[in-house]
Amino acid sequence: MSQGALAISGVDKFYGPIDRGVHAVQNLTMEIDKGEIVALLGSSGCGKTSTLRMIAGFEEVSRGTISVAGRKVHTLPPVKRNVAMAFEGYSLYPPLTVRENMAFALKAAKLPRSEVDAKVANIAKLLEIEDILERYPSSISGGQQQRASLGRALIRKADLHLLDEPMGQLEPQLRAVLRGRIKHFIKERGLTAILVTHDQTEANALADRIAVMEGGVLQQFDTPDMLKQRPANLFTGTFVGEPPMNVFEAYVGTAADKINLRLPDGLSLDYDKDAFSGSVRDELLKRQRVVIGIRPYAVRRSKDGVPATVSANQWLGDQTHIAADFAGGSLVLVEHDRTRLELGAPINISIDPKNLHVFDRASGMAISHGMELA
Amino acid sequence: MEHTSLLERVLRGIALTLVVIFFMFPIVWIFMMSFQTNETILRIPPQLVFKPTLANYTALITGKLTTAAGTLDIAFMRNLWNSVFLSVTSVAVALLLGVPAAYAFARHKFRGSEDIAFTLLSFRFAPALLVLLPLTLYFQKLGLANTYIGLIWVYQLICLPLILWIVRGYFEDIPADIEYAYRIAGHSWFATFRKIALPLAGPGIAAAGLLAFIFAWNNFVFALVLASADKQPVTVGALAFITSSGIQYGQISAAIVLSITPTLALALYAQRYLVEGLSLGAVKG
Repeated sequence: MSQGALAISGVDKFYGPIDRGVHAVQNLTMEIDKGEIVALLGSSGCGKTSTLRMIAGFEEVSRGTISVAGRKVHTLPPVKRNVAMAFEGYSLYPPLTVRENMAFALKAAKLPRSEVDAKVANIAKLLEIEDILERYPSSISGGQQQRASLGRALIRKADLHLLDEPMGQLEPQLRAVLRGRIKHFIKERGLTAILVTHDQTEANALADRIAVMEGGVLQQFDTPDMLKQRPANLFTGTFVGEPPMNVFEAYVGTAADKINLRLPDGLSLDYDKDAFSGSVRDELLKRQRVVIGIRPYAVRRSKDGVPATVSANQWLGDQTHIAADFAGGSLVLVEHDRTRLELGAPINISIDPKNLHVFDRASGMAISHGMELA
Repeated sequence: MEHTSLLERVLRGIALTLVVIFFMFPIVWIFMMSFQTNETILRIPPQLVFKPTLANYTALITGKLTTAAGTLDIAFMRNLWNSVFLSVTSVAVALLLGVPAAYAFARHKFRGSEDIAFTLLSFRFAPALLVLLPLTLYFQKLGLANTYIGLIWVYQLICLPLILWIVRGYFEDIPADIEYAYRIAGHSWFATFRKIALPLAGPGIAAAGLLAFIFAWNNFVFALVLASADKQPVTVGALAFITSSGIQYGQISAAIVLSITPTLALALYAQRYLVEGLSLGAVKG
């Protein structure tokens, strides 16, 4: 275990009076190691930016503590926290050129001029903004401003680099290139970075670990793979993954040596009792109703499967997304080949129990993933 | 530019001309009067052609007013100086107090901040005469009556709310993140205020200062009641031209020309700041 770069412990954020105002971040606890890249992922208003701003010191911490590199910082002014930040709204200083904007913090730290120039040149090359270094923020595009703002944050030596939606304005091709370069840059220098994003592709590509937030509550904090394979609850299950996980409510029933997951419209997914591991089977049988989740990639078409009706069929150039009316809802499945299915065509689908995620109906907490208990 | 028909353009031109004539005529007329003697001014019908004289200006500058009843001492140059001194100092004091206050109101929402800001604005609601009577009594007790300090203090009623509310709006228009970016790069909030907030709100501060200056310059009633002759600004000093032997229209006109010149020059010069100030929105990304 390396030295902790950031420790957030029991942090609450209220806008307005404590306990009565808007509870934007609820009892957040997370630790980030030095050299890690962590993404705060969530939809708008989930508390991710509030969290970032509390770390930076722009928002007061209502309750709890925040430590950066072992120092308690939550009561210090931003200047004393030794963190760098790239802002979602760029926030470049209008009277300064891009070069001056990027060199600003370095000059304040009294670095020699030659070193400042070298660093600016290096970052500018990385972010492909060498040609606009002498321009003013008002005369460059949003994407260029965003890169300048990102450069201004990355150029600094800080305990923590906070990146708020750092690539939201960039064109897709550039974004893909820069993701790789920025990750390399951060890793090479052993920097610790926290990025806020609502784009899960970006989170997956950049982050070592992803903290999924919703409604001010940390839902799950894990590696991208684990988020996909073992979502902690229904929210992460459906939020992470593209296209999103298919979910259906099911009654658990038994008949002879079968387990039936009875779906609406009289459909039923029938499995041999041995198809599940013992512990998963026990948990299933303890419950009457559960929510089952299946990733679109795990849905198969097979002759003896459960019937469904095609409602949309899209070929995306490298994969086919098929939407089907199924069990009173809609189900999406992904196939890698071009599939020619007419709208309204009947298909039969089957789901391997290995790919079944089961969630508690009331709490939404995961019960099992495939053969293993959550 | 949207397409406009010929008729529309002609009508618009006429309308604009009428407006310009309406607003400019008094100034032009006063300017012409200031070069005439009382006799030519009062001639009926009024004449556009006359023999210009500088007598009015000479009288003002030398301070000797020659009327039918004899020579009269007037303190117009003294009044002009008072106006300049009172207005400049009042605006300076109001900027010194109002700009940091505006920043505080814009950036830090504290308990009662809106109430305090509104109270300051409400000074502008009350008619001046309402506050003047108690103020006169207080000032006499405090020894502030007929002092520059007292007048500058009262002028804050005019300047401070104006500057506070205008500048506050400009500060609010600056994205807070620009300041945060500067602070997180290792600067104190005071350095941020000085290096980021002040320059960015510069055009707004200039505009507010200009407006406050004009309001202070044009003030009449405060100085009329609270100051005696040697502290009075031009607005009050102009009363001296109503003499026992009649109203000295020529001198009044010359005095008006002289007294509007500084504000007019300032307004023309600062016009670009006003325009710049209005386009501050360009700062936003």
